[in-house]
Amino acid sequence: MAAVSSIPATHALAGTRRLRDRLGDRLLFLLTLLAALAAVAIMVAIAYKVLRGAHLSFSAFGFGFLSSTTWDATNGVFGAATLLFGTAVTSAIALLVGGPFAIAIALFLSELAPRGVRAAVGTLVEMLAAIPSVVLGLWGILVMGPFLADHLEPALHRWFGFVPLFGEASTGSDVFLAGLILAIMIVPIVASICRELFLAIPQELEDGALALGATRWEMVRGVVLSGSKSGIAAALILGLGRALGEAIAVAQMIGAGSAIHGSLFTPGDTLASRIAEQFQGAVSRLQISSLFYLAAILLVIGLGTNLVALLIVRRYGAQRQGAA
Amino acid sequence: MAAVEPLTLVGDGRSRRRRAVNRAAEIGASLAALAAVAVLAIVVLSVLKRGIGVLSWGFLTESLPLFGQPGGGIAPLIVGSAVLVGIGTAIALPLGVLTALFLTEFAPRRLAVPIQLTLDLMSGLPSIIIGVFVFGLLVYGHAQKGYAGGFALSIVMLPLIARSTQEVLRLVPSVQRDGALALGVSRWRTVLGVVLPNALGGIVTGTVLAIARAAGETAPLLFTTSIFINTVSWDARQALPNMPVQIFIWSESPDPEDHKRAWATAFVLLMFVLVASVLARVALARSKRRLGQ
Repeated sequence: MAAVSSIPATHALAGTRRLRDRLGDRLLFLLTLLAALAAVAIMVAIAYKVLRGAHLSFSAFGFGFLSSTTWDATNGVFGAATLLFGTAVTSAIALLVGGPFAIAIALFLSELAPRGVRAAVGTLVEMLAAIPSVVLGLWGILVMGPFLADHLEPALHRWFGFVPLFGEASTGSDVFLAGLILAIMIVPIVASICRELFLAIPQELEDGALALGATRWEMVRGVVLSGSKSGIAAALILGLGRALGEAIAVAQMIGAGSAIHGSLFTPGDTLASRIAEQFQGAVSRLQISSLFYLAAILLVIGLGTNLVALLIVRRYGAQRQGAA
Repeated sequence: MAAVEPLTLVGDGRSRRRRAVNRAAEIGASLAALAAVAVLAIVVLSVLKRGIGVLSWGFLTESLPLFGQPGGGIAPLIVGSAVLVGIGTAIALPLGVLTALFLTEFAPRRLAVPIQLTLDLMSGLPSIIIGVFVFGLLVYGHAQKGYAGGFALSIVMLPLIARSTQEVLRLVPSVQRDGALALGVSRWRTVLGVVLPNALGGIVTGTVLAIARAAGETAPLLFTTSIFINTVSWDARQALPNMPVQIFIWSESPDPEDHKRAWATAFVLLMFVLVASVLARVALARSKRRLGQ
């Protein structure tokens, strides 16, 4: 710009053009700045509205809300402990089942598969993430649920019934089913992040390990997995965040239980699914506010998990750049 | 070492075990990938098998069935979903593209970092929270409205569109920017006339992906546009019928007829989402390759 303005304007046209350019630059800058600020404003408004909505319930129950297991709409006593428990259990199942699968798939896609297969399978795994959660939930209750209740759960109960986890008869809609469907949901997310991580491992390191006589698996364990440990952790945390917040599919499958059970084959409920089930039919302002309180807990946990994952990625990225 | 022993190429026990472990790991990873593809196939085929029998021209064009009555169709759901996603796109597309332009073309670092962080957090937000937020903002104390649902969907779409736009903007060769600026073209003309047209293909496909995602979102609509009439409506000032919420309602119903309708609606929704995603992904890969050269 400085160079342009140092050329003397020989006629008026150049002057107006310069003015127009300066105005245009300023306008476009302002317009894009406003859009970016609008995105920030929406985020702030979300946090404000959710916390504000929870105010009534918070002043009634305080932090005791988190440890109380009562959820009694008729008498207006609310607590979130059962739901926190249900959220923790379903997310844990999702991570324990989905995590290893996702990492194995990422290894297959980045290290093992021939080029043609790689692209095809990669696309199919990403398609799994495109299935709407309400459709997956429909499939869960009407196909997977009956299958589990008739086959897998009785078998698990017969063999491992002495473990309280697998105690009690199954009902078809239970914590176990919800956890498995959540596992299906997080697999594509975790797998695609891990694949990127594994592909970013320098080829020379992999070749070096192989040249030293390592088998492919030893190379993967020693170079690929150990080199991307923190990234895998971040991917799993992002998957966890997804599992924690899923409301619709869980509401369809978990059976809306209202007590803490040791067994996985009983109905339960999570923070998100309780909001989905009761918001519409809430009978009092206190109940609405308590549901907002649940949303506030979910917001804090959700933002927390995402922040931790982002921080890990950033530190890890910085380390990698520093090492290179 | 008196005599040189003949070299044997048969592995000892240890190397056989290492090879066996390696083989097991390879098979395990392949099976995991196979399982993921199998789950996708099973879900899609279940929906196909149960949905396609119910599908007919009448099912696609008639009004919703009245409570407990047989027959009926899902025309209102298709129209309503289209209107809701249309509203979401109309809000999220300009906001997302402009935000991405700000981040890649203009923003100083100390502004770019917090805004990028906000977008990342927004894309990780549980969608039920978006539903609760829009309910508290636009619906609480009033009636449900279609545009509240559309706004909720736009919050889902915004970070997706912004991110995919940023990705293609970064791929626009800096030679083109520098070239335009060196010719004395002003910054805003460079951005609007050189950078943006180059990224257009990528922005369109990114938007299609966001539309595919929003079309299947239930949680943001559950409190904002879920109590609706059973006929076709284009009026976003009232609650609009839509596919995801109706699938959810039908799936919770004890009536097997409703389950059939849920499957058929899920089939329509799933086909739209999968076809849109596949097409967008193919186009995205192509436009990225072209820009990457």
